[in-house]
Amino acid sequence: MTAALALGDDALVLSHRLGEWAGHAPVLEEEVALANIALDLLGQARTLLSLVGDEDELAYLREERAFRNVQLVEQPNGDFAHTMARQLYFSVYQHLLYGQLAAADGRLAPLAAKAVKEVAYHRDHAEQWTLRLGDGTEESHARMQRGLDALWRFTDELFEPVEGLPVDWPALRDGWLAQVTDIVERATLTLPGGPGGGAWTAGAGRQGIHTEPFGRMLAEMQHLHRSHPGATW
Amino acid sequence: MTGTDWPLWEVFVRSRRGLSHTHAGSLHAPDAEMALRNARDLYTRRSEGVSIWVVPATAITASSPDEKDPFFEPAADKPYRHPTFYDIPEGVRHL
Repeated sequence: MTAALALGDDALVLSHRLGEWAGHAPVLEEEVALANIALDLLGQARTLLSLVGDEDELAYLREERAFRNVQLVEQPNGDFAHTMARQLYFSVYQHLLYGQLAAADGRLAPLAAKAVKEVAYHRDHAEQWTLRLGDGTEESHARMQRGLDALWRFTDELFEPVEGLPVDWPALRDGWLAQVTDIVERATLTLPGGPGGGAWTAGAGRQGIHTEPFGRMLAEMQHLHRSHPGATW
Repeated sequence: MTGTDWPLWEVFVRSRRGLSHTHAGSLHAPDAEMALRNARDLYTRRSEGVSIWVVPATAITASSPDEKDPFFEPAADKPYRHPTFYDIPEGVRHL
């Protein structure tokens, strides 16, 4: 189940990144919102990884090179705008992807049908913040633009076909670009590199190649389980 | 950055169709749309509601504690003001 592993790792890794905001979010209300989104993703990850094997072993005992998530989701949080840029790129993608999977009647259709409602909220949350930060103060505008620019090169990888998924990838890319362009322009921001990109792009996460910060994230995520194997409470 | 400069909103949640909106609590948010979303996250994550209202706390006019007596202690010797002569049928829980 290469496909379940890829999507499960996307959800697991992004969930952990969002969880890192706990205790650090700009305001209490936003901390709860991010934690809720993280918990939604963790639930998706558990279902998906359980299709592949033991969820705990997969999450806590795999080495970096065995993870199949896209590099976008492993990128560090940065400031709040940076996190929102990552959320915007990923949740628009995940919403369209799960929408297609839910309609396609494949093995992942039931999961996708349930998750697409959760992800619709994640997408809305990212859209609302992109609009407010982009069309807010000079500083929030600059930070949001910086986040969009910094993460743009990780977006190309999202549309690399995943084996075994009944997805129309070119249509997914077109839909994603149209929606992201619309939100970014309404937020008075500029789509990095213009529609279609053309700039150098990163990404081989689906093949197990990850960026440097991912190793540090995994070390923190796995340390407890590895220090106390089999511990329960 | 702190949230202290965001306005306060009062949140009212209708838990089921047919019931009234009930005050659930308050929160900070930059505008009404975000207040609605924060309310969803804070007060209705476990299927507690079917409808949410958010109201700027500054838009609420409250009775003053000093006026407690004239406001809330009507003459108790006028029983016809109180609907105590009806039997409430069993099973009617939200009257």
